[in-house]
Amino acid sequence: MKKKQKPDLPQGAYADFMARAYAMELEAVERYGQFAEQLDSHNNREVAEMFRKLSQVESLHAKRILEEMRWPSVPALPVAYAWETPEGPETAAFESAHYLMQPYHALEIALQCELQAQRYFEDIADGEAPKRVREAAAEMAEEEREHVRLIRAWMKKVPKPSAGWDRDPDPPRDGE
Amino acid sequence: MNAPLTAKEFKSDYKPVWCPGCGDYSVLAAITKALANLGLRPENVAVVSGIGCSSRIPAYTSCYGFHGVHGRSLAAATGLKVARPDLTVLVASGDGDGYSIGGNHFLHACRRNVDLTYIVMDNHVYGMTKGQPSPTTEPDWSSKLAPGGTGLREFHPLVIALASGANFIARAFSGDPNGAAALIEQAVRHPGFSFVEVLSPCVTFRPEQRSWKERAHPAPVAPTDDPARAARRLMTDDGFNIGVLYQGRRPPYRSPVAATKSAPGALAAAFELKEARA
Repeated sequence: MKKKQKPDLPQGAYADFMARAYAMELEAVERYGQFAEQLDSHNNREVAEMFRKLSQVESLHAKRILEEMRWPSVPALPVAYAWETPEGPETAAFESAHYLMQPYHALEIALQCELQAQRYFEDIADGEAPKRVREAAAEMAEEEREHVRLIRAWMKKVPKPSAGWDRDPDPPRDGE
Repeated sequence: MNAPLTAKEFKSDYKPVWCPGCGDYSVLAAITKALANLGLRPENVAVVSGIGCSSRIPAYTSCYGFHGVHGRSLAAATGLKVARPDLTVLVASGDGDGYSIGGNHFLHACRRNVDLTYIVMDNHVYGMTKGQPSPTTEPDWSSKLAPGGTGLREFHPLVIALASGANFIARAFSGDPNGAAALIEQAVRHPGFSFVEVLSPCVTFRPEQRSWKERAHPAPVAPTDDPARAARRLMTDDGFNIGVLYQGRRPPYRSPVAATKSAPGALAAAFELKEARA
């Protein structure tokens, strides 16, 4: 016999939406973590640390969703490749990283991701989803807007890379 | 019954040392996702490789791994699968390892149709050895090591796979790790020799390959089980069609000699080692 779900746990379209939002945050957490490891391997500690911080920030969002939904464990996530884009809207592409990148570049990547996430939630909020989903999406879009503001403020505090930032005194490939 | 594992549980504790931005990170993610989606367990999967950047993959998974010699991954994997048909065997290679020194093994692996999944990360260059042209490098790609380009026609892996008898042929793109995971999953499920060519940019020696993101596109046609139709499609292939090209119906190779599991010590007894020790 199928086990009865607790009546107070959110279900239906709203729960699906939140599961998707959770999956989106998890993908972002994982990707920033991967970037941190990549930059660690190339001894670019400063940017590795920046990515670790970004990963922590995203994991807080994921945790908040779990708490809000009162899910006893991780819900059955929607299939990852159900996104309309190759990956989740808040996930930076693998090829965004560069071994000589600077903290500003990491924040540029994060800004791009937050803007994509904001647009994703705005589209749902403006769409034809059930009211509760639209309300939740509007709330999340507002959160993403706040993150955009925070990242823009953060970018003002770190030096902007000068031209030729990717010039390597011992390049992997010499002049062609 | 064991709970299904997550992609993360198919990763080892070793951190990849590829260049940041390398497409192979995405392929590793795609492989681990595919294995998780297939409901497999690391102890039932073996990842075999040769030499090159792409061939580092076995160490980065929690599965059984065999990092073999240059170009011989398919030979090792074939032996393993025939001896242990219960294992899911994945083979990781690159365009240098798989199409040059390993080219001959590629033809015969397609022909033999042993139930393997061959994932080739193609970046059109030898990255690990600092940028020499590979079999899939464009003839006019000029570099310090090949001024003016090689002038040699590229090797077309999908044409060779089809002509040689591969039972499943697909092309994936590392810029779409979830799409690549889905294709790898299909390849593993398909019986016989499955070949997945993954366009995986080398951002260090071929930085212009970052533009592959704009060029890769879903194949406009559905997979076929007709090799003649697949061949016609390849005649107009721009090299960036992503998806399954061919799903054959050829039964996979079965060893005429049934694999037997030896009891511990049986091998030593067979060679009379016990007696020698005594």
